[in-house]
Amino acid sequence: MLIGDWITVIVSAVLIGYLFHTLWSHQHAAKVQIRLGNKIYATYSLNQQRTVHVHGPLGDAEIHIAQGKVRFARSPCRNQYCVHQGWLSHTGQVAICLPNQVSLELIGEKKPYDSLNY
Amino acid sequence: MQIRTTADDHRIARLAAFAIALHMVEAVIPSPLPGVKPGIANIVTLYVLMQYGFATAAWVSILRVFASSLLLGQFLSPAFALSLSGAVLSLAMLWLAMHLPKRYFGAVTLSILAAFAHIAGQLIMVRLWLIPNAGVAYLIPVFALAALFFGLINGLVTAGLLYNKNLKAETVKSEQAES
Repeated sequence: MLIGDWITVIVSAVLIGYLFHTLWSHQHAAKVQIRLGNKIYATYSLNQQRTVHVHGPLGDAEIHIAQGKVRFARSPCRNQYCVHQGWLSHTGQVAICLPNQVSLELIGEKKPYDSLNY
Repeated sequence: MQIRTTADDHRIARLAAFAIALHMVEAVIPSPLPGVKPGIANIVTLYVLMQYGFATAAWVSILRVFASSLLLGQFLSPAFALSLSGAVLSLAMLWLAMHLPKRYFGAVTLSILAAFAHIAGQLIMVRLWLIPNAGVAYLIPVFALAALFFGLINGLVTAGLLYNKNLKAETVKSEQAES
């Protein structure tokens, strides 16, 4: 290997480390987006204590939001995968209930602008 | 009708056949993660690039993508699209990287850069067409790590092949000089 090859390897390794750091760092989510079928049903802030009822094709799903985390508390589906996923708190996490077509997705604080000037 | 072929055509066909064979070998090796593959056929592309120049390498690479997909029954399927976008982007990267000073940057650099371009091409295709979701970003570090690892190995193999070839050429030369 030539000297430039070593540089390439080292620079690439550092870059990949940086990619892991930025893309896999788990940030605490700010909001939960609830989808019903292919539509966004509602978006709630996670900074609250709240129970949301969503009426899917199978029936009533109960979603609990509790200070920074969210879970399916009850769902009318047969296998209960969504309920067993438990509490979600990090950006990008999802819980999907296919039979009832309800899904939760945690999203981060969206700040499109720091400030606006006119 | 007889198509006139040149010695260049024959060489391209022979090298492409070799790349296709390596591609077939790789196709039967199971992969722990879909999309993570050693890409040993790229050794041929790289070797051809350094031995015969960019045009021949581009021919060999693109022919390999088309012929392999036909043999594997993937022609015009998503797998083919991924393969093609990866090959085109890595050729573009090789074209740029060729101009790096050869004294410092060898086959290993070219191989790693081409591997990165290859996964970049594939991930762009995945993001735009197959999985149009921002979650694809989570895959980037994993694929990049695999690209570095296999790019390094392929580069070392290519460097070894070129070294042996040059060594042989030199011994032949010196033997001729002696006799």
